[in-house]
Amino acid sequence: MPKKNMGVSEMAKEKQFSRRDFLKTTGVATGGIIGGSLLGGLIGFNMDGTENTSTDTKSESSESSSEGLIIPEKGRIFFSKDEDFKVIEAAMERIFPDSDIGPGAKELGAAYFLDGQLAGAYGNNSREYMQGPFYEGTATQGYQSNLNRAEYFTLGIRKLQEESNDRFEKSFAELEAGEQDEILKDFEDDKVDFDIPRSTATAGYFFQLLREATLEGVYSDPIYRGNRNMGGWKMKQFPGHQHSYLNLIDSDEFQDIEPMPNFG
Amino acid sequence: MVKELEKVDVVTIGAGWTGGIVAAETAKAGLKVKSLERGGYRDTNDYQRVHDELKYAQRYELMQDTSVETLTFRNKRDERALPVRRLGSFLPGNGRGGAGTHWNGQTDRYMAYDFEIKSMTEKKYGKDKLGEDSGLRYRDWGITFDEMEKYYDKFEKTAGVSGEENPLGEKRSSPYPNPPMIKTKSLKLFEEAAKKLELHPVMMPSANMSQNYTNPDGEKLNQCQYCAFCERFACEYDAKATPDVTVLRTAEKTGNYEIRYNSNVTEIVTDEKDKNKVTGVKFIDTETREEYFQPADVVVLTSFLFNNYKLLRVSEIGEQYDPETETGTLGSNYCYQTGLGATGFFDEQYNTFMGAGALGMILDDFNGDNFDHEDLDFIHGGSIHFTQTGLRPILNNKVREGTPAWGEEFKKESVENFTRTLEVYSMAHTGPHRDHYLDLDDTYKDAYDNPQVMLTYNWTEQDNARNKYLTEKCAEIVEKMGAKHIDVQNGDLGDYDIVPYQSTNISGGTPMGTDPKNSVVNTWLQHWDRDNLFVAGSSTFVHNSGNNPTGTVGAFAYRCAEGIIKYHKDNQRLED
Ligand SMILES: Cc1cc2nc3c(=O)[nH]c(=O)nc-3n(C[C@H](O)[C@H](O)[C@H](O)COP(=O)(O)OP(=O)(O)OC[C@H]3O[C@@H](n4cnc5c(N)ncnc54)[C@H](O)[C@@H]3O)c2cc1C
Ligand code: SF4
Repeated sequence: MPKKNMGVSEMAKEKQFSRRDFLKTTGVATGGIIGGSLLGGLIGFNMDGTENTSTDTKSESSESSSEGLIIPEKGRIFFSKDEDFKVIEAAMERIFPDSDIGPGAKELGAAYFLDGQLAGAYGNNSREYMQGPFYEGTATQGYQSNLNRAEYFTLGIRKLQEESNDRFEKSFAELEAGEQDEILKDFEDDKVDFDIPRSTATAGYFFQLLREATLEGVYSDPIYRGNRNMGGWKMKQFPGHQHSYLNLIDSDEFQDIEPMPNFG
Repeated sequence: MVKELEKVDVVTIGAGWTGGIVAAETAKAGLKVKSLERGGYRDTNDYQRVHDELKYAQRYELMQDTSVETLTFRNKRDERALPVRRLGSFLPGNGRGGAGTHWNGQTDRYMAYDFEIKSMTEKKYGKDKLGEDSGLRYRDWGITFDEMEKYYDKFEKTAGVSGEENPLGEKRSSPYPNPPMIKTKSLKLFEEAAKKLELHPVMMPSANMSQNYTNPDGEKLNQCQYCAFCERFACEYDAKATPDVTVLRTAEKTGNYEIRYNSNVTEIVTDEKDKNKVTGVKFIDTETREEYFQPADVVVLTSFLFNNYKLLRVSEIGEQYDPETETGTLGSNYCYQTGLGATGFFDEQYNTFMGAGALGMILDDFNGDNFDHEDLDFIHGGSIHFTQTGLRPILNNKVREGTPAWGEEFKKESVENFTRTLEVYSMAHTGPHRDHYLDLDDTYKDAYDNPQVMLTYNWTEQDNARNKYLTEKCAEIVEKMGAKHIDVQNGDLGDYDIVPYQSTNISGGTPMGTDPKNSVVNTWLQHWDRDNLFVAGSSTFVHNSGNNPTGTVGAFAYRCAEGIIKYHKDNQRLED
């Protein structure tokens, strides 16, 4: 508990120390200062000073909440053209469509997820080996393109549009579901010729990227802007981030648990 | 200008399990020890927001950055090797604790049969059984299980392994330091089914703590919370034995140990005056890009398989293996494991999203030579596993064979099956083959201008036959568990694929032995050509077993540390 007549910074220091002492007595993370996340979740320990902890946790979360920050639901940073975004949104919706068991990729915001990803390390392949020379690999050698994912998706969307215009004289986003599926199936089967070296890009590999990104978009933590309202998790009965299952792990009953995001 | 640092007694290259064990033991013995670790510092404070599947399991936050260093790969010698641009099949570690930070903690021992595979097989089935004609190159390790037992025991106590006596296991000198993990409903279902088939399931030996535990070095670990973000994640509870919370802390407590982070070793330097010795290592500070020389009495390569091989090769220590002539040893004996099984689809829902990295049951009835191979066209076998490691939704989308991979039907099935599929799978041995090896690839360079390692690897006929046998055994168990539908992965393995994650259980490249003609190090892991150079890790394995490797990796690291202490005292080669 903070003592009276203390300066703000002293108080902050005191708070940190008491938390560290607490952690020492429980034997967890002896090295430093830990946020509220862990403390709430420790089950199976002898927790003296719980009161102290819960006030700490509360004050910390109110400290870090910044009022007035509004992220527009439909805000984008990567896709500058509306039409491109509509195409990718429509394609993702066919991969994971709205149905009687729950929302589809569109409602879950999977395309907004991809928008954020393509603007960052994933889109730039920053943690991947991108030195040449580039050759088309065998099926077992994996990603060999000279393009990064941001470029690959841009190209893939262009090819979806070309294919759609050739076959139906419409934008991919405006096609009937069945027509969209027909094109996507040909992409999946690598039957669409991109008319560029296969070492650069293929329809088949673009489809794989698209499918993988869709699943990531519907099931990743909502902090990444997909899985809206945790609808993907609710549908799959995945409880997201729970601190501990120690008290439930030996239960013979199925546990339907309200999901929690990583930053709840 | 290369800056020269103050000499130490022992330098390890890397600070994972092997580096940590060697550091802890030698520092406790009073030697001045330093680890050079290419990655950064990290500890439990970094893991308070670790329950993020995308960041850790999909984007490999804690693992090796391939833009800095990767390998190239091909299935066959006549193919062009191409770089592994994105990690896949295996996930090498990086930073304090290495891969031990994000391992599962399944802590097995190898079998007596593993260490003497050639002589035991030959004696029982005759020489032909070893498949020499098909290119397989089996040999004994040069050490027996009985000689290794005390080191296994030591590692298990350090790591607080929980488990129960395995009726098919080798004799133990003492029981597991902790009781088994909690047996869940689905584990019980597996156990009952296996017992009905007269098999011998036991709780999987686990380095996730079944209770609060203090290890012999005084390091405290907490009870596992079954939080389900374990494999590929770090533990926010100090409940998983990792190098960070055990051996590295032990080494640091002595006051004789220091880790220098962001220090990427690029060369081991041979003594110009005495070609049988090394003088230290060169490394690059990855932040400042300055180059340093770290002199040491003893150098220990603990940088995981690929870099254990690579640093020897670029430093021109030892002779590269040539598959054409089968001469040279460096790069030989690379092996992997198959890990397929059978998936059961059930009506009932299970708490598949709860679990721990090493929560499971295991049986050895079809492992090693525990079953008769007279009429089979393969040797060895594998352990059979049923685990509850905690499923997460991006990576787990089970559908029955033949179901489309996308669209409404896919969605319905994959969503429903998330809690309704249970999988029994094998972890199977593969043997050393003439054509499977490591080399350097001069076409592709790493960030320090060294060539990338080149891997040539494929499945063999024996691997196919073994996999078919084991996956069908898995299917029998799944059937007894009452599945309404079963998919079995008993088809042809095809070519080994570097893309999907299989396991980080790779071995070989710097194999041990008793003869410098076919090995790189002796059974103390001392290099044949440099007396004060040691190499620890699965790179020293002669073949890959039907069990997880790290129990054996840890046991040999303890033996190696004992050898280093002895060597540092009397400067004698250890095999003499
Ligand atoms: C997801 C996952 C799950 C696993 N689960 C299990 C399991 O359940 N059971 C089991 O037995 N095994 C498991 N393993 C394998 C286990 O993690 C390894 O066997 C073990 O950690 C290897 O220890 P090591 O010390 O040999 O190598 P590492 O832990 O890889 O340590 C090597 C260190 O060296 C550093 N390094 C590399 N090159 C250099 C250089 N040039 N200069 C400086 N430093 C360098 C690296 O950064 C790294 O920190 C798993 C692995 C992974 C990735
Ligand atoms: S499952 Fe257990 S050991 Fe693994 S990360 Fe969670 S609490 Fe730690």
